[in-house]
Amino acid sequence: MAVPILKQGQYLIASIQDALTDADLQQLRDALLAQVGRHRSRGVIVDITALDVMDSFAVRTVRDIAHMTRLRGAETVIVGMQPEVALSVVQLGLSLEGVHAALDLEEGLAFLDEKANTARGGRPCA
Amino acid sequence: MRERQRAAESAGGFAVSQRSGRASPDEAQETSIAVRSDADIVVARRRGRELAASLGFGSMDQTLIATAISELTRNIVLYAQRGRIVLKAIGQGGKCGIMVVARDEGPGIPDVEKALQSGFSTSGGLGLGLPGVRRLTDEFDIASEVGRGTTVTVKKWNR
Repeated sequence: MAVPILKQGQYLIASIQDALTDADLQQLRDALLAQVGRHRSRGVIVDITALDVMDSFAVRTVRDIAHMTRLRGAETVIVGMQPEVALSVVQLGLSLEGVHAALDLEEGLAFLDEKANTARGGRPCA
Repeated sequence: MRERQRAAESAGGFAVSQRSGRASPDEAQETSIAVRSDADIVVARRRGRELAASLGFGSMDQTLIATAISELTRNIVLYAQRGRIVLKAIGQGGKCGIMVVARDEGPGIPDVEKALQSGFSTSGGLGLGLPGVRRLTDEFDIASEVGRGTTVTVKKWNR
């Protein structure tokens, strides 16, 4: 089942609707990577609210998405992780190191806007 | 929900047999799921969550159980290609729980002790995830023989 990816300004929003197989997750990763280039996106939001389980493969793929899109110039934010999922990920001993996370879509967009503003403002002159 | 289930079935081509609703409450519900592809991982953990929910486990435990099943099923697909997941309602001294048996006739694990250590991996990836599965469950048992296969049995009790 393909995950719909919406383009919203400079951002891409992938909204997962249902449990994903490994193949679905890999397809999402590849699609996001391609679309970041096609749309010259600066940010990616992956909404995982609908994921009721994140096992080692899902965690690794989400981490890959974040790291790969960063290499293409876009920041990824994971939003909507259920508290039960957060607990199981930690208990499994997995980490999403280097991956930004926000509570929900609104917070995720705010995070990306803030990042974009900082980037536009540039560094203060020495 | 029914439609999702069908989608998973057609994608994975799994077979499920189920026995339930016996007269005696001690007669456990049992579900057996054939594992052949990554689509079966989703099926197995969904079945596990359903059984856990029917046994009165809260949503937190349901998720821990479903995650453990996901890891165990993944090991089968990854290392043995095919196998079976058996889910069973269990009871002991008034408490009720769920038992998950993951069985395959794959290559087996040469050094079980090592595989149970955090961070150990033979595939260069994330490893078997067995230490994680052990943390997610209350009881953990593994029997493995090189060339014969591996059986992992885990239990989680409803408190």
